[in-house]
Amino acid sequence: MSGILVVAEHTGGAFSKSAAELLGKATELAAVLGSSVSAVVLGDADAASLGSFGATKAYTVAGDFSTYDAGATIDALAAVIEASGADIVLAPASYAFRDALPRLTARFDGAMASDCQELSVASGNLVARRPTFAGSIEADVTLVARPAFATVRNNAFPAPAGSGGAAAVEAVSFERTTPTVEVVETLAPDTSGIDVGTADKVVAGGRSLGSKEKFDGLIRNLGEVMGAGVGASRAATDAGYAPHAEQIGQTGQVVSPSLYLAIGISGAIQHLAGMRTSKVIVAVNKDPDAPIFEHASYGIVADLFEVVPALTEELRG
Amino acid sequence: MKIGVCAKVAPDPNARLKVAGDGASIVMDGVKTKLADYDEYAVEEAIRTKEAHGGEICVYTVGDKKAEKLVRGGALALGVDKAVLIQEEPTDPLGVAKLLAAAIKNDECNLVFTGKSSTDEQNFQVGVMIAELLGWAHVTQVTQLSFEGDTFTATRNLDAGVRQVVKGSLPAVITCEDGLNTVRYAKLPAIMKAKKKPFDKVAGADVGAEAGDGRRTVGNMSPPPPRPAGKIIEGDAATAAKELVRLLREEAKVL
Repeated sequence: MSGILVVAEHTGGAFSKSAAELLGKATELAAVLGSSVSAVVLGDADAASLGSFGATKAYTVAGDFSTYDAGATIDALAAVIEASGADIVLAPASYAFRDALPRLTARFDGAMASDCQELSVASGNLVARRPTFAGSIEADVTLVARPAFATVRNNAFPAPAGSGGAAAVEAVSFERTTPTVEVVETLAPDTSGIDVGTADKVVAGGRSLGSKEKFDGLIRNLGEVMGAGVGASRAATDAGYAPHAEQIGQTGQVVSPSLYLAIGISGAIQHLAGMRTSKVIVAVNKDPDAPIFEHASYGIVADLFEVVPALTEELRG
Repeated sequence: MKIGVCAKVAPDPNARLKVAGDGASIVMDGVKTKLADYDEYAVEEAIRTKEAHGGEICVYTVGDKKAEKLVRGGALALGVDKAVLIQEEPTDPLGVAKLLAAAIKNDECNLVFTGKSSTDEQNFQVGVMIAELLGWAHVTQVTQLSFEGDTFTATRNLDAGVRQVVKGSLPAVITCEDGLNTVRYAKLPAIMKAKKKPFDKVAGADVGAEAGDGRRTVGNMSPPPPRPAGKIIEGDAATAAKELVRLLREEAKVL
């Protein structure tokens, strides 16, 4: 029987939201394909608990995977793919799997769709819908080769309610064969506070803030009051108003929060590429013709230097 | 060092694109093309590495004949020694990687630079696949790089603004990220001289590789569905702010 293998990402034993989301989706796809659903856990986490979201089996690989080592991750996943006989592999589109899965695709002579926003089945094949050309065009990629690999964007699927079941756990061992690099140092981002990449609410500021002081005073302050992550347009980070790690856009972070406030951001294609799938977009901009208004659920055409303090006051109250 | 740069031709990122009638491609008539942005960083990094450590650079590209003009006006004019166009039309990133890996292997390169992804399909796959096919190490999304003999130290961008410094040895594939370097552009005299540099056009069979076919199909391309028209909230700053918060709480239910 064919099988869908979901990579259940975790940090120190705490599963990412993606684990349940991908297992939920895999269960749906498996029903159409007549496949089984299993999960793989690299390192130490409660693998059996993944049964609650649809995994009948959970493969575990012992070892310390807390710092990303390409060789170890790739060889471990390869061993599990072989042990499980899985012909579809789903993983979150985080750095590690964006880095590792193409190598597995080449190793197994399969096919891969990266950064998918939707998965479905057609004629027994996985169909992945994904953004191309900075998100200005979406395309369906039908993966005919097996194994088929897909990395999936944040928040693409809802998390299913847990059923409370337990997956059967099977340990898999692996041999290190892939050349790798050694991690010398991990540098924390030069930002503090809520991680904009995974925040449920984001406030982002553009170049019109005019200075780092004003950016901090208005955008960062509003973010704090709202409990939101702080982002910035490329123009704002290039001007030094915010660190590069907070840049949202094609060459920065791609976010998909429930609420995205675009303050003084015109809405160029490259910026939209980083936030267009946000659930609710609010735009504040002096220019009524700013393209951002075409994408916003709510817009205020006014001076941000008046609106942002008013908004901050209203939310504080 | 024998350095290979894998580069592709892509539509200008500022171009407004239309989907072709077959839903499986973009209308390219009248669309400006350039060397994909991240591949430009790869060319630049190769040149800087050659300037610092010596060696030879070859640019490899697959499929698009427009590459010749771009590569002669760019890479070849800037310090790249030769270029190779593999005249095949692979149908997936693995096919592209198989052709490039074979050419790189034949030329006995020991270091490959390529962009972290192309700016069109943005798959982020080819560079890493080449490393697998060659049995080399790889590092993706590199923003800083230095060499000491055959070992290198690289800084890579992970998620959420986290960066990591890694050490490895050649042979390796490095995929290039924004911020790695500042790209230089060629001046006319150098472009004129580049006309004499070798630009070989070869078939897959000449490098001993087959791209293969049928592993995937692409279709149903369309712009993303437009969002329903939004509400413009009228009134002075205080009024609009109040109304916005009310709507976000009661209507959108995101606050």
